[in-house]
Amino acid sequence: MLKDVTLGQYFPGDTVVHRLDPRTKLILVVLYIIALFNTRGWVSNGLILVLTLVCMRVANIRLKNIFKGLKPMLFIIVLTALLNLFYTRGTPIREGWIITWEGMDRAVKMILRITLLITGTFLLTYTTSPMALTDGLEHLLNPLKKLKVPVHALTLMMSMALRFIPTLIEETDKIMSAQRARGADFETGNLIQRAKALLPILVPLFVSAFRRADELAVAMESRCYHGGEGRTRMNELHYTGIDYIALLLGAALTAGIIVMKHFGV
Amino acid sequence: MAEITVRNLLHTYSVGTPFEKTAIRDIDLKIGQGENIFLLGHTGSGKSTFVQHLNALLQPTAGEVLVDGEDINRSKISRRDIKHRIGLVFQYPEYQLFEETVQADIAFGPRNMKLPETEVQERVLEAAGFTGIGEELLSRSPLELSGGQKRRIAIAGVIAMHPEVLILDEPTAGLDPSGSRQIMENIRSYREKTGATIIVVSHDMDSAAEYGDRLIVFERGSVSMDGSPEEVFSHPRELTSIGLNVPKAAALASALRDSGLRLNGPIYTHEQLLSAIRCAGGEPAC
Ligand SMILES: Nc1ncnc2c1ncn2[C@@H]1O[C@H](COP(=O)(O)OP(=O)(O)OP(=O)(O)O)[C@@H](O)[C@H]1O
Ligand SMILES: [Mg+2]
Repeated sequence: MLKDVTLGQYFPGDTVVHRLDPRTKLILVVLYIIALFNTRGWVSNGLILVLTLVCMRVANIRLKNIFKGLKPMLFIIVLTALLNLFYTRGTPIREGWIITWEGMDRAVKMILRITLLITGTFLLTYTTSPMALTDGLEHLLNPLKKLKVPVHALTLMMSMALRFIPTLIEETDKIMSAQRARGADFETGNLIQRAKALLPILVPLFVSAFRRADELAVAMESRCYHGGEGRTRMNELHYTGIDYIALLLGAALTAGIIVMKHFGV
Repeated sequence: MAEITVRNLLHTYSVGTPFEKTAIRDIDLKIGQGENIFLLGHTGSGKSTFVQHLNALLQPTAGEVLVDGEDINRSKISRRDIKHRIGLVFQYPEYQLFEETVQADIAFGPRNMKLPETEVQERVLEAAGFTGIGEELLSRSPLELSGGQKRRIAIAGVIAMHPEVLILDEPTAGLDPSGSRQIMENIRSYREKTGATIIVVSHDMDSAAEYGDRLIVFERGSVSMDGSPEEVFSHPRELTSIGLNVPKAAALASALRDSGLRLNGPIYTHEQLLSAIRCAGGEPAC
């Protein structure tokens, strides 16, 4: 049951989008976000919408999965839309109404913008494994090493966290079952009782998390890990033809959207 | 008294996701009060999934589990109360210890049953006795004890609830031979003193031969054999084909027979082998 919680879930596949270099995809997402925030008229909005749908099609991601991911954001989306709907001045839709044509226009664009923003980032996490993602991130952030930012340590922490989230969830599930078998009750009682009932889960969970961390550190050290200095990798990242094409297209699109903004379309 | 009937049990994990997986299917079993059962099977054959249905930790996707003729999943209350009657010790139970002292940890179950404090303490002492935990350990922190000691504390924590059925999922995994034997003896003494039903999940054919009265073999989610050790171990080829083996004594006996020694009777424990060899050697006791 707890396992059904998914965080930035990766759907393995073998499409063009899956095969793109993670760095390419990261850069494309940044370009996408820039483009998205520079849309003004319906033409540019429509363009991005069509493009997103095409990418989803190519990556073999179903609308259903996107909607599932959007659910937690529904409240924010609705709230923003409502605020825009009621608080935009202009010509009322009908004599005496607060809702204006401008408000309608803005509300719809807001919904579209937020939805597309989330969908774009989902496209990244759905088609890129967490490992590839952190690898790409480390490469892209490499210049920051000159500024003494511990890029390697940060990305290592990120990939470990991603790696251990499912393990910890599974472990929580197991501990909960074990305590339930001893008659523990997590569902009933008032707030204090329920908070207390968490103790039998949290203590073993922390103990095992520390044990795991300890074991991992020992395992890494005994395999001579000593930081990122001079470390090579098994799977080198390489840009290929489609990466260059995708980057060019992305850059062109973003430039196009910015130009369109000046013409108000 | 608890008589368990399992009808047409099927369980599918993660229904409706790409990770959907049917772990057990078509299970029909009757387990009488006081039986002494070993559940055997290759890794991933569904043993753990099955035992978690017996105390309603998992709900069947299809089929039902009855205790004394009543469906244990009929209500939330029945699902909770059945856990007091059917005790389950998980695999690697030492990782679930959390209290500051051994005593408090063993008392967790009885306290959840809302028993009066004097009775809780009585049960703690009694359960510690069954599992061979010395009084001097009761006030220590469970986290600073050895793996085998922790394991016995976790088992005591379930025994203290006085379950009519005691289920243990691989209670001896990762212990040395003497630690394993001690735990098996502890379980036997609980059975002898209380008449409880015992179900042990195991990979170890030798302890199944020595301690079990009925063996149930799982294969890919279904029951493939069910009978006395004598019956089950008389099919060595089937056992090897599903990734299990016969007890060492049985393997040795068949090797001796192959090399011409005449041994009488079914042989699957050390004692049987020993006495058969003595007989073959012409000792008068036969
Ligand atoms: N929480 C879960 N979610 C999804 N699948 C699971 C889960 N638990 C078990 N399974 C799957 O169900 C099948 C049966 O698993 P189970 O743990 O019951 O086997 P087992 O016989 O106890 O094995 P072992 O001897 O290794 O303990 C396995 O294929 C396993 O991958
Ligand atoms: Mg198991």
